[in-house]
Amino acid sequence: MIEEKFDAIVIGAGMSGNAAAYTMASHGLKVLQLERGEYPGSKNVQGAIMYANMLEKIIPDFRDDAPLERHLVEQRLWVMDDTSHTGIHYRSDDFNEAKPNRYTIIRAQFDKWFSRKVREAGATVLCETTVTELVRDAKDRVVGVRTDRAGGAIFADVVVLAEGVSGLLGPRAGLREIPKPQTVALAVKEMHFLPEEVIEQRFGLKGDEGCVIEAVGTTSRGMAGLGFLYTNKESISLGIGCLVSDFAAMMESPYVLLDALKNHPSIRPLIAGSEVKEYAAHLIPEGGYKAIPQLFGDGWVVVGDAAQLNNAVHREGSNLAMTSGRIAAEAIVKVKSRNGPMTKRNLALYKAMLDKSFVVKDLRKYKDMPALLHTNSSNFFTTYPRLMSQAAQNFMRVDGTPKIEKEKATTAAFIKARSRWGLVSDAVRLAFAWR
Amino acid sequence: MTIAVTKSRVEDKLYQNRYLVDPGRPHITVRPHEKPSANLLALTHVCPAKCYELNDKGQVEITPDGCMECGTCRILCETSGEIEWNYPRGGFGVLFKFG
Repeated sequence: MIEEKFDAIVIGAGMSGNAAAYTMASHGLKVLQLERGEYPGSKNVQGAIMYANMLEKIIPDFRDDAPLERHLVEQRLWVMDDTSHTGIHYRSDDFNEAKPNRYTIIRAQFDKWFSRKVREAGATVLCETTVTELVRDAKDRVVGVRTDRAGGAIFADVVVLAEGVSGLLGPRAGLREIPKPQTVALAVKEMHFLPEEVIEQRFGLKGDEGCVIEAVGTTSRGMAGLGFLYTNKESISLGIGCLVSDFAAMMESPYVLLDALKNHPSIRPLIAGSEVKEYAAHLIPEGGYKAIPQLFGDGWVVVGDAAQLNNAVHREGSNLAMTSGRIAAEAIVKVKSRNGPMTKRNLALYKAMLDKSFVVKDLRKYKDMPALLHTNSSNFFTTYPRLMSQAAQNFMRVDGTPKIEKEKATTAAFIKARSRWGLVSDAVRLAFAWR
Repeated sequence: MTIAVTKSRVEDKLYQNRYLVDPGRPHITVRPHEKPSANLLALTHVCPAKCYELNDKGQVEITPDGCMECGTCRILCETSGEIEWNYPRGGFGVLFKFG
């Protein structure tokens, strides 16, 4: 279908693919981007929070026309048991700044906007096109792709694999492994629509201010998981995700967890009366630093979720995706500018640049966290949340029991549940994984 | 305001979504089997669209029409060869309005 040869083919129009395509096209490279969805965003799912700084590095004036929902002024971290939540809330008027730091977004809308920028920068974007195969030459170098459209192969100097967490091409071409059940989380989410003023009232917001709640505890039924509630302009994104390995071992259904979260007495009043307009599911790479695959080879690089670049501890994904896409593109532009071939040796520049960025530095910091949560999930997600709730209730209920007895009862409950050695060991392991 | 959030069936949830089904071309198939493995059986619970169900003979069957293409079943059962997993043809499958 397309006879000409491109400087680069980008597979996928998500955060990393758009960042890569935009960056290369705006440096004058001839870029073809292929997307299997009907429109960019139609296959993409995210919570979603977008971090301004990472997008600013790509499109500095994005605030002028990007579809943004609310900028975040408040974050709540809730530890939940069946009837309560113990929370840390941080709210600051400092977040009401001229150029806010974080926004909620709706991906289908945001990705359409980002894709328009990619086309304006000069890239060719072809939707409804599923790439079926990478094309290699006699020396095993990747030289192009085949799609499910009529016509032959399309050729390029380099292929950017931005195919997402469930990407088929990389694993089928033997460039990386299929993610393992213990290194990916399955998240489900509903979009709850409510009038703007109702959302503002319920969360104490005005104008474009937004609030997020992140919830751990018995809501994940002993599995390593997280519930979330993000306020958009006139909707609430509400979801929960747990490790696929835990889902399989426990034979739990994600929609049962989601319904239980919706019915939790701390969540229910926040979404009361809402109209649900979409139910989505998506995998999230959770393997961290140790799950990062080979990132480059002869004629190819891999970016974003496909490269497992996701910081599960801080729930940052799209910013790592955007940054890896941009950095891969900058590396390609650099190689191209000195007329270098897109060999494994030259494309190693991408990894060198990525290693120096926050992307790899952050993932390296938490390299032991995924294993800790994987092996200890029932303690961290059920036992401790229950103990915390009991301790708080014991502390707050005034019933004539002397305070010293209350303190003793709380301490005894912790020791009974986990033993002295268990408590110390959990604390030490958590501290080491965190440092 | 009254508080009324009741348990919904997954079919009702999927009804909110937009799909373009590719008739006669299922993108996921289950390999014929006598007895399902633990992972294959787990899909009858874990699949967020409830695409996998047990038939009368205790075998796992798939109806991928409501599939959200999350890839969970692939993660659990592709390596063992129990399912064959592909993306739908370009443009087909789930079309998220919000994502």
